[in-house]
Amino acid sequence: MSSVSPGTRPPVAELERVTRTYRMGTNEVHALDELSFSFGRGEYWAVMGSSGSGKSTLLNLLGCLDRPSSGSYRIDGVDVSTLDDDQLSELRSQRLGFVFQSYNLIAQLNVLENILVPLFYQDEPPLEAEERARGLAERVGLGNRLEHRPPELSGGQQQRVAIARALVNQPALILADEATGNLDSHTALEILALFDELHAEGKTILMVTHEPDVAARAQHVLRLKDGRVETVVRDQNPAPAAAAASSR
Amino acid sequence: MKGPSLLRTVRLGVSSLLLHKLRSLLTMLGVLFGVFAVIAMLAIGEGGRVEAIERIRGLGTQNVLARSVKPREDFATGQQAVRVINYGLTEEDLARIEQTFPCVQRVVPVREIYEEVRCGERAMNPRVVATLPNYLDVTGRKIAEGRFLADEDERRVANVCVLDYDVARHLFPFASPLGKEVKIGGDYYTVVGTVLTRLRQKDDPAPAGQGTAEVFIPLETGRKWYGSMQVKLRAGSREMEEVELHELIVEVAELDNVMFVADAVREMLERNHPQTDFEVRVPLEMMREVEAQGRLWSFVLGAIAVISLVVGGIGITNVMLATVTERTREIGIRRALGAKRKHIVTQFLVETVTLCIGGGLVGVAAGLLSPWILELVLEKRAIVTPGSSFLAFGISVVIGIFAGMYPAWSAARMDPVEALRHE
Ligand SMILES: Nc1ncnc2c1ncn2[C@@H]1O[C@H](COP(=O)(O)OP(=O)(O)O)[C@@H](O)[C@H]1O
Ligand SMILES: [Mg+2]
Repeated sequence: MSSVSPGTRPPVAELERVTRTYRMGTNEVHALDELSFSFGRGEYWAVMGSSGSGKSTLLNLLGCLDRPSSGSYRIDGVDVSTLDDDQLSELRSQRLGFVFQSYNLIAQLNVLENILVPLFYQDEPPLEAEERARGLAERVGLGNRLEHRPPELSGGQQQRVAIARALVNQPALILADEATGNLDSHTALEILALFDELHAEGKTILMVTHEPDVAARAQHVLRLKDGRVETVVRDQNPAPAAAAASSR
Repeated sequence: MKGPSLLRTVRLGVSSLLLHKLRSLLTMLGVLFGVFAVIAMLAIGEGGRVEAIERIRGLGTQNVLARSVKPREDFATGQQAVRVINYGLTEEDLARIEQTFPCVQRVVPVREIYEEVRCGERAMNPRVVATLPNYLDVTGRKIAEGRFLADEDERRVANVCVLDYDVARHLFPFASPLGKEVKIGGDYYTVVGTVLTRLRQKDDPAPAGQGTAEVFIPLETGRKWYGSMQVKLRAGSREMEEVELHELIVEVAELDNVMFVADAVREMLERNHPQTDFEVRVPLEMMREVEAQGRLWSFVLGAIAVISLVVGGIGITNVMLATVTERTREIGIRRALGAKRKHIVTQFLVETVTLCIGGGLVGVAAGLLSPWILELVLEKRAIVTPGSSFLAFGISVVIGIFAGMYPAWSAARMDPVEALRHE
């Protein structure tokens, strides 16, 4: 990384002519079509596009849950296309954080255990794992709910647990798929405020959404259409970013 | 193992199982009954074997038994109302065997007397055996009270008798029979001792229903009072039997010579008895047969029980497949958060093996109690060997692993993206 000039931030995720093809019977669907793009470190992106434009496919690829049919994808400088299933799993447990629309907590585990799951699968989990998880629970406002199980929590609280879980392995990239889609507008705002904070701390975030209000909170907006980039808007509202930067 | 420790995986597995208590319990029952069946079946086999061997050992493993057997019915004489049949082993046979074989330690003759045994109002029909004092040693019978017949009794042709425990209890329910008198046929005998009852045998000489009860008197006394002629009442006719000796117990000095002596005795008797009025039995041979038969039985019973255990295993596979489908979403989440395929495999395998170990342990506990249950219900002797418990438990764990393998693998093979989309 020393070769990178100090002015530009090195990208966390880099896509080069990435194509993802689904075969439906005899015809092929290009969910992503020769997409080239890079997401810089510390950036907060909203990904928009109509249904079927390839947003989820992009997110799955970025999240190393899927591999491109052709083209290359590098995360943190690691080329994903050469990795096997185990190595992809390792990448996920070490460099990625996921926040899903439907929270996806594990029902039989309590809040603390849910937050710890990504570390559970690391080859050498950090010694202070539990402390870290407690700190994160505190941070998302659930310090007094550690023993509760997901069904005992509201949707907003569950999503907070999911965010804490996405942070516990100190990921290079946080991927959120319609993270506020299931929440009422008031709770959604609270969650978005949490994302703003994370951004202000320098986390790299990529949020898929089809709500303009939500996209408006992000720093940059990427709009997809038929698996290609339609428009890119950078620094759509410099004020919050600047405010966040100055508040540090 | 790298990654999650086995302990934590087991804890996770147990908590998943506790999520569906009834289902887990029912699944465990399959294994429980299987393990119980294996142990109980092997215990029955072992009990039967040990019992048979004890019975045979009661005949003396170093002995060869020659018995008088009534020859086939002769139709020509069948018309007469009173007839005399003369057959069986003789004093001559006894002397010949004693003189011919140097490796024969001793030969004990036995005469049986068909008389009722009474004491006051109480009566019964045991096997009355007239024999020599050596009988006790040769057959390995155990004295309960008093003494057995002695050389002195033989010389004095004394009217003394030894009862076995069954007879003693029947005739003298409330007191020790020692020194008391019993009436055998028409004569009175003083009881000098009691011996433990012989274990019942399949081909017992005593008629069915009369049990194995026995009374012993000196050989000479028997010869003097009852002669060798015996009257047997049959349907409408009287039958006289003349038998000198009913049995010869030939004790061989070396165990290795038993089979040889048996063959030689058989050959010698055949030469001197034109009609086949005897049979030669070898307890050692019977014991070997029982051993072989016992092994076969244990194998058959064990195999049936193992099949029931396999059925239990199939039940587990079935339940685990349903569980995997039900938990597709969870699998997707875990995979997305960094679980490798082996972690998913381990998670589900741990669950099935935990079920099997749980069911197996309870099954072993129940199996250890099985002799008690079986003896209560079937009145059969059953013996649990430690080997059978380990075997049953080991098989249940192995079956657990096999039963869990396919469901666990199908869970690990899922595409994480598909799994996450699953409702
Ligand atoms: N598993 C799949 N099998 C076949 N086609 C798929 C699959 N997943 C996505 N697609 C297709 O790929 C295209 C992009 O889908 P997706 O990335 O889910 O769009 P979005 O999330 O923007 O709605 C759509 O045409 C969809 O039908
Ligand atoms: Mg989508």
